[in-house]
Amino acid sequence: MKYLDEYRDADITRALAARIRARVTRPWVLMEICGGQTHTLMRYGLPDLLPPEVELVHGPGCPVCVAPLEFVDRAIEIASRPGVIFVSYGDMLRVPGSQSDLFRVRAAGGDVRMAYSPLEAVKLAQEYPTRQVVFFGIGFETTAPANAMAVWHAKRLGLTNFSMLVSHVLVPPAVRLLLGSPVNRVQGFIAPGHVCTIMGHREYQALSTEFHVPIVIGGFEPVDLLEAIAMLVDQLEDGRAQLENQYSRSVTREGNIPAQKLMEEVFEITDRKWRGIGMIPLSGHRFREEYAAYDAERIFGAQEIHVEEPAECISALVLQGLKKPVDCTAFGTRCTPEQPLGAPMVSSEGACAAYYAYRRHTAPEASA
Amino acid sequence: MCLAIPGKVVEATDLGFSRIAKVQFGGITRQVSLDFVPETQPGDYVLVHVGFAISRISPEEAERTYELLRQIQEADELAPEEPL
Ligand code: SF4
Repeated sequence: MKYLDEYRDADITRALAARIRARVTRPWVLMEICGGQTHTLMRYGLPDLLPPEVELVHGPGCPVCVAPLEFVDRAIEIASRPGVIFVSYGDMLRVPGSQSDLFRVRAAGGDVRMAYSPLEAVKLAQEYPTRQVVFFGIGFETTAPANAMAVWHAKRLGLTNFSMLVSHVLVPPAVRLLLGSPVNRVQGFIAPGHVCTIMGHREYQALSTEFHVPIVIGGFEPVDLLEAIAMLVDQLEDGRAQLENQYSRSVTREGNIPAQKLMEEVFEITDRKWRGIGMIPLSGHRFREEYAAYDAERIFGAQEIHVEEPAECISALVLQGLKKPVDCTAFGTRCTPEQPLGAPMVSSEGACAAYYAYRRHTAPEASA
Repeated sequence: MCLAIPGKVVEATDLGFSRIAKVQFGGITRQVSLDFVPETQPGDYVLVHVGFAISRISPEEAERTYELLRQIQEADELAPEEPL
């Protein structure tokens, strides 16, 4: 298909890898922020094509992975209520809470449905006026405008039985946290192309300048990623630290203004807890007061639960690029996609799950 | 989660409050909201995420990238076989 096949071309991929090999003179540590990019890298075995000097570490960019355990518990609790139709993106259904998951709620008779788009949930609310339809609004800046649009349509239609449980997270505050950490090793970033399609260059330009670090906005196909890596290596070898845009077929400097406007109309910025990392100031969304009527947390009553993560899980280090999944003693043994212990194993875009799926089981000595 | 795939707009309709399109992805056609890229016309390619077009793919930018990639590929073909 156009704009897809060209970017999966094996010859170009090989040629780009050769260019990187020819250019690199020293070790560099690069991070792809987005889990979708981690998935592509592993799926196409791209790290194997790179020279040993280029080390890729994987970032926290998986909204499913970083949704806090207590938030999943909250969703499960609401989904279990009689009269509720709970609608979620498919990725979220098998994410385990502390006791159960949404699939099990469904097996036990709960009305849990999977949707491709949040607009499907709005439609359900129209079809079932006597039921409460709750949408599980997770995602980064890529998804938040779509969720905002669903709320906007619900308001336009005068629906009183539609609400959303919102757990949006924002990318730049997490990158800032990584860069500010005294143990940070990352010297160059691939910024998430679809987040930047919405948000544009501004925030990443600011990060690049503030921390004097090269950042390249990258796409999601193998050719995109290798080109982005080549651009980062060029910058590092030249001693430059700039924002560059590899994904220019989709990302413009100002981003998608209508999407930004709608997102700001419905949501405001708040502190958010990230699973595996902890509280990050001003790193997520909550409903604005004008849209409180659609806030599932208010409708169903807020609830403070605190749940501990399993001690063996080193996901905090994995999500910050300080450790690889295979460094974890539970990887592939006590922790698998079927029985995940921690965040990066729950979604196919999490680093641990991506390593597991594509058989990078080169764990030193799995102590089974 | 942030997956977005390219598709070709075959038809666009104005509903007053909203603009929707039929978009072709390979053999499949889906209904997509154009609310975030209202200037889209039939024949354009858009990137679609959870039922919403989030950008119009720029043919000029894509062409520039192809040109660059073709150059890299040619240079690689001319280069002597390097031992791995
Ligand atoms: S392999 Fe499992 S337990 Fe280990 S860090 Fe990854 S998610 Fe946590």
